[in-house]
Amino acid sequence: MEARRGWRAVPKVRQVGFFTPNEPPPPARTQSGPPDSNSPPLSNSPAGNSLSPVMIPPPRHLSDNLAHRATSPLPVPETSAFRRPIPGGDRVAVVGSYNPTDSMLGASPPLTSPSSRIGDGEFSEESSPGWFRRSNSAKFASSFPGGGFDLTSIKSSETLEVEVKKPVEVPEKSGVAGAELQTESQSSSKPLKAKTTKAERRALQESQRAAKAAAKGEATGKPAISSEGAATSKPVKQQPSRKKDALPAATSVAASDRKGVDRPPEKERKKEVPPPRMQFDDKNRVEKAKKRAVVNQTEARNRVELFRHLPQYERGSQLPDLESKFFLLDPMHPAVYKVGLQYLAGDISGGNARCIAMLQAFQEVIKDYSTPPEKSLTRDLTAKVGSYVSFLIECRPLSMSMGNAIRFLKNRIAKLPLSLSESEAKESLCSDINRFINEKIVLADKVIVRHAASKVRDGDVLLTYGSSCVVEMILLYAHELGKQFRVVIVDSRPKLEGQALLRRLVAKGLNCTYTHINAVSYIMHEVTRVFLGASSVLSNGTVYSRVGTACVAMVAHAFRVPVLICCEAYKFHERVQLDSICSNELGDPDAIAKASGRMDVNYVDNLANKENLQLLNLMYDATPLEYISMIVTDYGMIPPTSVPVIVREYRREHLWI
Amino acid sequence: MADTLQNPNPNNISAYYQTRAAHHGVVTSDWLAQAQAAVGRHPDDVLPPEPEVKVAGKPFSVIHEFNNWRNQPDLAEAVAAIRALAAVIRNSEATTMMELEIELKKASDSLKSWDTTSISLTAGCDLFMRYVTRTSALEYEDFNSAKSRLIERAEKFGEISYKARRIIAMLSQDFIFDGCTILVHGFSRVVLEVLKTAAQNKKLFRVFCTEGRPDRTGLRLSNELAKLDVPVKLLIDSAVAYSMDEVDMVFVGADGVVESGGIINMMGTYQIALVAHSMDKPVYVAAESYKFARLYPLDQKDMAPALRPIDFGVPIPSKVEVETSARDYTPPQYLTLLFTDLGVLTPSVVSDELIQLYL
Repeated sequence: MEARRGWRAVPKVRQVGFFTPNEPPPPARTQSGPPDSNSPPLSNSPAGNSLSPVMIPPPRHLSDNLAHRATSPLPVPETSAFRRPIPGGDRVAVVGSYNPTDSMLGASPPLTSPSSRIGDGEFSEESSPGWFRRSNSAKFASSFPGGGFDLTSIKSSETLEVEVKKPVEVPEKSGVAGAELQTESQSSSKPLKAKTTKAERRALQESQRAAKAAAKGEATGKPAISSEGAATSKPVKQQPSRKKDALPAATSVAASDRKGVDRPPEKERKKEVPPPRMQFDDKNRVEKAKKRAVVNQTEARNRVELFRHLPQYERGSQLPDLESKFFLLDPMHPAVYKVGLQYLAGDISGGNARCIAMLQAFQEVIKDYSTPPEKSLTRDLTAKVGSYVSFLIECRPLSMSMGNAIRFLKNRIAKLPLSLSESEAKESLCSDINRFINEKIVLADKVIVRHAASKVRDGDVLLTYGSSCVVEMILLYAHELGKQFRVVIVDSRPKLEGQALLRRLVAKGLNCTYTHINAVSYIMHEVTRVFLGASSVLSNGTVYSRVGTACVAMVAHAFRVPVLICCEAYKFHERVQLDSICSNELGDPDAIAKASGRMDVNYVDNLANKENLQLLNLMYDATPLEYISMIVTDYGMIPPTSVPVIVREYRREHLWI
Repeated sequence: MADTLQNPNPNNISAYYQTRAAHHGVVTSDWLAQAQAAVGRHPDDVLPPEPEVKVAGKPFSVIHEFNNWRNQPDLAEAVAAIRALAAVIRNSEATTMMELEIELKKASDSLKSWDTTSISLTAGCDLFMRYVTRTSALEYEDFNSAKSRLIERAEKFGEISYKARRIIAMLSQDFIFDGCTILVHGFSRVVLEVLKTAAQNKKLFRVFCTEGRPDRTGLRLSNELAKLDVPVKLLIDSAVAYSMDEVDMVFVGADGVVESGGIINMMGTYQIALVAHSMDKPVYVAAESYKFARLYPLDQKDMAPALRPIDFGVPIPSKVEVETSARDYTPPQYLTLLFTDLGVLTPSVVSDELIQLYL
């Protein structure tokens, strides 16, 4: 890994893979730019490099100094309208943090930064040179780059900002960003000149940052508005931070690193693409997010390096903490709070169940909602929804189904005709939600069951993994039709979800075999069909589902057994994912260290704090399309290559209706 | 065929494949002459004489109608189905679009159930029904003109289908280069058109024809090709792998193109596609777009069985079972390209087209 980034003068090296994090970082290389200490992002993480292991390094010529990328500062004008700070730095959602035209939680399961575009808007208001396009930081997209944004010349209004940016970025963005930056930098200033100005600016930024950190201590809670409209650097920087301050978004972390540097043109181009999710690599951002979070979570120790970009918190303290705060969280609606608690406790699991619970909670919210004076219903409600969603994210990262449902809801809110009265609007929204649940989930399931049951013949041996509600319905329906078949349920630790499915099927009289995933290759030779559920299907045909699904599909493929994925069309997403690492969810590591009911299996108990033992409990994995024979959706049976066709035809036209 | 009207498939014998065998199997020359005289067939004859309206004595039967059309060797199955449905419209006494639609639906269902194995029949009926429902949605004219428009459309469908063959022939010309060797399996009128056009364009190529047992379609095809002065070599079905080295491409037609992008075709196609794939030879399929069907077989047995009795020439002891399926399914990973009247497509585009057409 190090060799790949050898060209860069960045001293920090990130070691990917399994290693003891306490090793001293490799000796710093000589740098052409300002010394390491001046670079805020780099000095903060002792053991980690700022580069994500899966990132493609930007083009060489940009690396004059330490790793930084130039950004073109074109603010996005329309977002500025939404940047209204809410007085009283409480934790209520700020309108400004969410860009209604942009789905906040697009489809990113782990977390999406609600404020992906905030920074842009803010700065545009302030008429400061544009910043980070995609700062995910709810706080402030730019100011102190806990992620390495270089605030450099707030004073200067040059259009080209070269920023120090934490090189954690999506590969394609960095590539494009790099290229664009590159051209821009060259057009506006010569490298040499830029270098010196950068250095100066960095020093300036450093001092401002220190000042800000001091000010922040007292400033928390103060209305951010005071500095609104001011064109001065400090207020500008602080104001967004204040605004974001109010946001209980835990998702504000690090993502800014990744996207901050992108430019507006790029952003406009990618307007329809949901914002990338937040990355949790940067300690600064994580800390900042924590201060604003509703749920008090402590970062887990001993995290696996490769998955540093995903959030992981110590379990056990969150639920009691939240329960105790039940009567204190004034801005939070009790229905939403309840759903959040249920997610946290694991009472509700499964894409459909979570989505329905969330939508029903939102229905309650809408019913109880009343527009505050002098505010518009659409914007205020959207902001409220946004804040609730960020609370839910803190409880448990969103699934794709939930992300899509939220996008739908925001879309419906945004499309409310202005002539409707408040009660009519509320009623229309509630009925929209009902229709969504009915058409996209309930009826869709019925259609899927009918299609899939036609593929079950007498004498079949059907295999399923884990517990998917749709697959269960298919099996029960086929049984009702009188088909003679038997079922093999493959299960895996730590969740052992298959056991509940087994009980229900046996109770209905089906012939079942139960086995653990270790034995899947042993049992596969007698299987004729494999039915699997999915959390989501992505545009390149990849199926994103419970961890272990890919394994089962691969073994089935090796035995030439057809694999059928049963998934409602509302779970399709236009994202593309190539592996299970870049986006996933981390579960409780203690669950894999213990076996329920076996107190003697406690070998790992005392080792939890050792540094050379890291526990990894992944929740999802990605199954490539080569292993999949067919996807059964409410639009019929389609090959996995046709997922983008469905997304294309039915998303844009019908917009989820 | 009157008895089969009541009891469509007494022994599960596929009427579709029987007909094809009758059309394209080996026939003696005087039988051929007799048949030609009887049918009065001209290859370019797209509009055969109007079928007589059944007078009172015999109620109008769509199946009877269909069989009339289908018996013409040069007419595609789907076209015959649509012509039959057009006849239903003509003979219908409905006074509103809804009634007509219901009648058509009934007729189409009976046609489909009469022969469940014919994919192009099903696809043709579905296409026409889809067209009808779409048209009736734009009900701005009076009933009679709508009716005549439907009939007109049905007639045009026959022309479209014929033109489809021409389009496909044109598209595939680029893929046939001088000195190439083409392996052909089964008697597909579309593939024949392709080869005819290539010969007319003075391309130099030779053709390997598989015998195509039990219908022995290869013999008939080699006959036709010999007439075009194309060098033809006949292979028995087992000699395909042996000769695959010398082959540059494989050309087959399709009885149906399914949603996964695979094809359903005469028995033996899957075998040839497997051999070609393992030897890196491209497999090209020539199929009209009305053959796209919303089926999705997962394996060979996942389709409605289409059986056809095989005559081995010697008596077989009764204890011995014979595999009489007339068709097989070739999965999309073994196909390279599909030539259709919609253009040259890759197998994954079939689903795209079907979604756009049916949803």
